[in-house]
Amino acid sequence: MSDTTPRNHAGLRPAGVRHRPPGAFVPRSLEEALEARAAHPEAVPVAGGTDLWVEANAHRLHPPALLDLSRVDELRAWERRNGTVFVGAGVTFTRVLDELGAFPALVEAARTIGSPQIRNRATIGGNLGTASPAGDGIAVLAAYDAEVVAGAAGGRTRRIPLGEFLVGPKRTSLAPDELILGVEWTPSPGSGSFAKVGRRNAMVISVASVCLQLDEEAHRVRLALGSVGPTVLRAPRAEDFAAGLDWSHPNSGLEEFGRLAASDSRPIDDHRGTAAYRRHAVGVLAQRALARALEERC
Amino acid sequence: MLIRTTVNGIAHELEVAPETSLLTLLRNGLGLTGSKNACEEGECGSCSVWLDGELACACLVPALQADRREVRTVEALAGNGELHPVQKAFVAAGAVQCGFCTPGLVVAVSDLLERNPTASDEEIRQALEGNLCRCTGYAKVLEAARIAAGRGTAPRAVEHGVVGESTRRVDAPAKVTGTFAYGSDLRADGMLHGATLRSPHASARVHSIDVAAAEAAPGVHAVLTASDVPGRRTFGLEFADQPVLAWDVVRYEGEPVAVVAADTLEQARSALELIDVDYEPLPVVLDMEDALLPDTPRVHEHGNVLRHLHIVHGAPDRAEADVWVEGFYETAMQDQAPLGPEGALAAPTEDGGVELRTVTQWLHVDRQQIAPCLDLPAEKVRVTLAGVGGAFGSREDIHAQIHAGLLALATERPVRIAYSREESFHGHVHRHPSRYWVRLGATRDGRLVAGDVRLLLDAGAYTSSSPAVLTNAATFSTGPYEVPTVRIEATAVHTNNPPCGAMRGFGAPQPCFAYESAMDALAAKLDIDPVELRRRNALRTGSVLPTGQVLEGSAPVREVIDRCAAMPLPEDPLPDGWVRGVGFAVGFKNVAYSEGFDDSAEATVTLRHGPEGLEAEVRTAAVDAGHGVLTVLAQIARTELGVERVAVLPADTSEIGSAGSSSASRQTTMSGGAVLAACRGIRAALDADGAALPITRTATYRHRPTTGFDEDGQGDIHVTLSFVAERAVVDVDPELGLARVVEIAAVQDAGRVVNPQAAEGQVEGGVAIGLGLALMEELQLDGGRIRNPSFTDYLIPTILDVPPVRSAFVEEPEPGAPYGVKGIGEHPTIAATPAIVSALRAATGRVLNRVPVTPDDLVGLRLPVERPERPPIPDVPGQQPVPEYLGLELGQHELMKAR
Repeated sequence: MSDTTPRNHAGLRPAGVRHRPPGAFVPRSLEEALEARAAHPEAVPVAGGTDLWVEANAHRLHPPALLDLSRVDELRAWERRNGTVFVGAGVTFTRVLDELGAFPALVEAARTIGSPQIRNRATIGGNLGTASPAGDGIAVLAAYDAEVVAGAAGGRTRRIPLGEFLVGPKRTSLAPDELILGVEWTPSPGSGSFAKVGRRNAMVISVASVCLQLDEEAHRVRLALGSVGPTVLRAPRAEDFAAGLDWSHPNSGLEEFGRLAASDSRPIDDHRGTAAYRRHAVGVLAQRALARALEERC
Repeated sequence: MLIRTTVNGIAHELEVAPETSLLTLLRNGLGLTGSKNACEEGECGSCSVWLDGELACACLVPALQADRREVRTVEALAGNGELHPVQKAFVAAGAVQCGFCTPGLVVAVSDLLERNPTASDEEIRQALEGNLCRCTGYAKVLEAARIAAGRGTAPRAVEHGVVGESTRRVDAPAKVTGTFAYGSDLRADGMLHGATLRSPHASARVHSIDVAAAEAAPGVHAVLTASDVPGRRTFGLEFADQPVLAWDVVRYEGEPVAVVAADTLEQARSALELIDVDYEPLPVVLDMEDALLPDTPRVHEHGNVLRHLHIVHGAPDRAEADVWVEGFYETAMQDQAPLGPEGALAAPTEDGGVELRTVTQWLHVDRQQIAPCLDLPAEKVRVTLAGVGGAFGSREDIHAQIHAGLLALATERPVRIAYSREESFHGHVHRHPSRYWVRLGATRDGRLVAGDVRLLLDAGAYTSSSPAVLTNAATFSTGPYEVPTVRIEATAVHTNNPPCGAMRGFGAPQPCFAYESAMDALAAKLDIDPVELRRRNALRTGSVLPTGQVLEGSAPVREVIDRCAAMPLPEDPLPDGWVRGVGFAVGFKNVAYSEGFDDSAEATVTLRHGPEGLEAEVRTAAVDAGHGVLTVLAQIARTELGVERVAVLPADTSEIGSAGSSSASRQTTMSGGAVLAACRGIRAALDADGAALPITRTATYRHRPTTGFDEDGQGDIHVTLSFVAERAVVDVDPELGLARVVEIAAVQDAGRVVNPQAAEGQVEGGVAIGLGLALMEELQLDGGRIRNPSFTDYLIPTILDVPPVRSAFVEEPEPGAPYGVKGIGEHPTIAATPAIVSALRAATGRVLNRVPVTPDDLVGLRLPVERPERPPIPDVPGQQPVPEYLGLELGQHELMKAR
């Protein structure tokens, strides 16, 4: 399961000469992993492999070396901290479904990611690292205002707001000596939801997706849009509009919210969908998400 | 690096390269080929295994992650000769067709039931969302899971059934355990791996090909180009116009240019990168209407018209009607997307020949194309069938057979070529995109009086079976209806798009979408119930077809319509804000080959005393691509000879004459007819002189002869026709343009049903492929290049997309056919597409004239395609394909004439 952007013709005319990797690094602890990362920044980190091995099988990935993170127990934990939630990079989406029921939008997104076979292996950290604009988990984390926690050897950690972490399609601001340790957010009081559209009912990469999270305390709505820009986007105009709305009587404000969400999107035409439809769909999804969230308040 | 892993309880120490997947390790390193390599991107579930007890796609697991972990595969499920309960359930439920997806499904169902032994239907469907199946439509898979969960209700197949009984597939045990060897599973001692360099251009001149660096690369044994082809440099089903390896020009993206054999696949692929081809891009012909314009470049020297058919019946110039409807309809390029990729293993023989094991639908016509290219007499080319992981038309043309043969002869070693999923999309033909301009005239009380149809098929760069597909696309274009006055102008054109050819329905789905859409428009205009309009005009025995042919066979068209319309409607609740539509369509298609083709099939049957009593042995060259013909042949032998034990031998070219192809819905009639005749020969011998066993009889079956077209397109073109009616119930989210098919009801004219469970499986699976064309399946082209050659982006329906299919059969025996049978394999696909689109129109009120329908269409962001101008009628000498006038070498016609 990978949402590689339109295919090159690797099967037809392979490009570039391959180098047989000298090997792989298989750390057994976080400390070892960070040391290996520092010493071999060229090694490609791999956890569940559900994105990366698509590239490997297609001979598009020729890493000089691999850094296997599947045996680093520290990455597989999640916990509530002082008012925040920290989810380790190695937590799989099957575990999100089983263990993170307190975060309905995240669970709804996890349910739409791949298949049981994929969810058993695919991790939150992998979703972030791939940094696809269609990353369903990322859309939720963006609406959660989450921060990526990055670590480097010597105990250095860095907290990167998601908007700064995602710098382009499949590009992040992670430094070459850093690993994604996990993701942390402050749960907002209020309901939230995730929804996506695709052309079939399972195993589909989002043509458009939204995640909406209410923050009752701040009277704010946070809205993230997937597959409608170079990265997962937040929808600032829609969010500001919703903050000024009477949540008990939104009336025609729901439609305006959807319209603004659509105008906050920056979609393109590709083989999975048209820009026009994507813009339309995020508007509908956003409007429905807000309506649902406001109904759930009553 | 060195890893220690336990696979199915056995500890292994293995050296693995870091980029190796667990699937490659299992298949190549340990010979455990039950886990299948259908997509290698985690989209299909065919390689499902357990890793430390968790279900995973082995293709996406880095092999090094198996270090110190436990792997369990499908091979671990059956023990001591006893199938696992889930495997038994798959056999009993008829959930196995081609079987390529079966090991993965068996593992996934086992995983679910280990965790949740009483899983509900919904839990089963959710658990199997990541396991694609192209044959079954998932209904029997769901039933198998129910049986394994202790609550299956459907009738189960018996072991030794006769004609009319649901009978277990002869190959089911091997398929559920993962031991059935498909094309990609083949291996031989000392085997080399072949790889193919393909053109990245849709149209280019090839100035030079420099292979020196590739030849010098490590592990490489041979690098071959067109100049290394010892015999004929082209092949083809109808005309040998397709280069084995391109020399002067390439005419489509993906056209083979060179092949390499090396010690490992990795080395072979690396060597491809070292081949330097000097291409000069040429103008590209992309659009089927542009292809007909005078200034458009020529794809072939003879021009861009492959064939034009002109059919006139009655006096269309003077046609008068109370009411006319006119419409334009378009269908996209669909792919067969069989789960099993193409593969061939060629080995040199001591007599200088070559032995090929491969994936095909017709062994003898493969040999007929392979031998001249290898410059070998036919008898030195032996073709044996490997397991076929689904076909649906995609195995009718040559893929890797000649390439593997060339490499085996050049290296004097066995050579295997096994395509990846991406290469598979480039390595077989597709369903023709079509454009139909339809005009129907009727009386005020709804009697059709005239039809006027102009149609184009995009044949792509080479001929394949396009002339025959055009025959169907033309002759079926006014539907299974009596239309006294008809004009049809049908053209197949060449473009620089990928070649198109056979796919389930073979030229029948395209017109069905057009005429059924037009019939709905006519019903609306006349304010007549659409089902009633179809009843009033339905063909019957004795009706005259647009070709002047009098329909002599059975034609229970009203019966299939009435029974389908009478089926109860589903009562599923409609989701909030969604709208529901109901659509109806009638489809039809010829059975067996048409247009004067001398079609035959041969069978040899032996009756003997075996260690456990009387037994029969059946030998044919019929290919079972998953549809179940081998089981049907066994049922016929049991019925005729009264024995329980029947062995059906593997198909090859050396022991038996041609069976014809497993296509055109013909094998039950043709090879079935041959087995029936051979069995009756044995019985006659026993009756006449009490001859002693063993007795062997060989028989050849032929259907009644047909003719070609005269200059007005008149002739006795088709052997017989078979009919299907389908009703679709579809829910639509009108704001998002999302559709969910709730139910399909299908009633199929079958003459006589031989294996009811398998026949239902054909209907359910066929419907799923028609659903795909209606809603999601399209090979998208950009400048002639395929944009979505993967299972991530070429979407086929999942278990959550295919609804329950309510099916029934009308059994009105076909005169002259064995047991009165009629083929049914293709028909359910044909009517599903227009029935679903009709339901979408009913739900949304939108004009939908192109398939697949997109969400953009359903929300009104994309407007209906409008093409008011009909393309010009090309100036060609007559009804035959243009290459035939030019005396180009014939393909399969040559074979049949030689017989």
